[in-house]
Amino acid sequence: MVDKRPRESGALWRLDGIGFGYGSQPVLDDFSYQFEQGCCYGVLGPNGSGKTTLLDLLCGLLVPESGAILFNGRPLADWRPRALARQVALVPQEFMVDFDFSVRMVVEMGRYPHLGRFEDLDDRDHALVRKVMAELAIDGLDNRPVNRLSGGEKQRVAVARALAQEPEVLLLDEATSNLDIFHTLSILGAVRGRVRSEGLTVIAAMHDLNQAAFFCDRLLFLKHGRLISHGLIDEVLRSDVIDEVYGVQAQVVYNDYSGCRQVSFRASD
Amino acid sequence: MARRPDHSSMIGVLLSVLLLCAMLISATMGFMKIPAAQVVAVIVHKITGFGAVPDPVAAGIVLDVRLPRIIGAALVGGSLAVCGAVFQAILRNPLADPYTLGISSGAAFGASLLIVLQVFGLALPAFLSIPVFAFAGSIATLFVVLALASGDRRLSSTSLILSGVIVAAILSAAIGFLKFLADEQVGIIIFWLMGSLSGISWTNIALLFPVSCLGLVVCLLFSRELNIMATGERTAATLGIHTAHLRWMLLFVCSLMTAISVAVSGIIGFVGLIVPHLLRHLFGPDNRRLVLFSFLTGAVLLVVADTLTRAVLPSEVPIGVLTALIGGPVFCVIFKKRQRDGR
Repeated sequence: MVDKRPRESGALWRLDGIGFGYGSQPVLDDFSYQFEQGCCYGVLGPNGSGKTTLLDLLCGLLVPESGAILFNGRPLADWRPRALARQVALVPQEFMVDFDFSVRMVVEMGRYPHLGRFEDLDDRDHALVRKVMAELAIDGLDNRPVNRLSGGEKQRVAVARALAQEPEVLLLDEATSNLDIFHTLSILGAVRGRVRSEGLTVIAAMHDLNQAAFFCDRLLFLKHGRLISHGLIDEVLRSDVIDEVYGVQAQVVYNDYSGCRQVSFRASD
Repeated sequence: MARRPDHSSMIGVLLSVLLLCAMLISATMGFMKIPAAQVVAVIVHKITGFGAVPDPVAAGIVLDVRLPRIIGAALVGGSLAVCGAVFQAILRNPLADPYTLGISSGAAFGASLLIVLQVFGLALPAFLSIPVFAFAGSIATLFVVLALASGDRRLSSTSLILSGVIVAAILSAAIGFLKFLADEQVGIIIFWLMGSLSGISWTNIALLFPVSCLGLVVCLLFSRELNIMATGERTAATLGIHTAHLRWMLLFVCSLMTAISVAVSGIIGFVGLIVPHLLRHLFGPDNRRLVLFSFLTGAVLLVVADTLTRAVLPSEVPIGVLTALIGGPVFCVIFKKRQRDGR
């Protein structure tokens, strides 16, 4: 899965002066950035800062009002949805499934963009589905209806479904925000493993600065739809940036136990 | 599918056999009992020309009276059940049925309007029959509902259901007014509203058959996409499905199937709601088989119900009443059982 196609421009996504709004309310304003392959990006910012909108623009669910998005050197609008689905997968924050679809069936749905209309899953597809289910430790849940799983198990199913798409890029939209620390760490760990082993690119909208610090390589800070700061963790995870973006007091120190920078907060009186 | 041995094709064959048996037995029943062998002989002779020339009276009853009604019952029942399954899937709402978008109210309004016009002695050309008015009413309603909902670019299920409810509410007030105007003749309207398959002719079948079959094929072709829609709009879209297009197309196809069914049979409730639920309960939610099973089961159900009212009960009960009386309690049982199962 590593590097199926040679890329000349280097950048996976190139966003140039993107503007987007709902009605007269601007959500993203003059946003420009380049996402590179094989890197793990954390998109951070307060509620309503445009994180989800950015992800929706990246995977073509929304079309920018101004500016240009290039994906693999081609305008995003030129990508057919199914072709894009073979490259980009999204894990939403809440994964709801109507009716009693089983875990296995939902993960198998990830193969959809790779199948022709009259084609069914072949041995390779089945093997791949088994592999991602084992990777996310849900291989014991085969026939259980997704609806009856706990929140953590549901998100594992959602991630497994996304990985079954064999994407080049995984977009996580606060995918672990509602989970306990065990599920959060194991899901992020599984995704991280893919980044290291197969050059998967991850762009994750997140809330928890500390989780972002050990999970991501680079951070983007958004506020009111503008890119405030971006760069490697050690360059941008600083108390002045946190103050500017969130308006809170924070102390950032390198933590030996975590092996990365960690943030502590103090409640304002 | 590897997860369990796949019995789909076997169940499909069983249901088809069940349907054929129900239709055959139904054809033997009625005011005049005709043995099954004779029914088969009549049909075989009509189609192939082989065999002995059958008794003309029996042949007339089977071919001109019973068969169109039985085939009509199967097609209407099958169409309503398929549309129910598809509507529940695309509207992502287990309470949806083929009438959720107000198609039945539109048909009812069209039919009532014609009946009232006739009561007032308006002489209309003969081709403007009740089915034509009902069909026009349901299609007009569909367009109004879609126009109302289409302000929402993604055509979300909430806007669709809400538009359907609003339009149906307006129409039901209008129907109430028409009933009031019909005065002593109100019985005709009420009887039509409760549904009946007694008026189905071969001409109706010639229209019903291609629409039902084509509709069924379209729904089968897109059943995999319907499954994926169950994981939510956003997920489906990132899997490469154009969700709004899919919604529009399937809504249109199913509405057409429903409109034609309602036009020839009146409003037959509960088949479209119960059958998909029952089958989902028995065989799981996979639309790839649910759609076909719904068609067959809906067909069996309506053939049986129509035979009951036509040949078993002492006087003809409106079929809509019968399906609700049988379907309602069945639904309650499933519902309670699901609650006990922890859903």
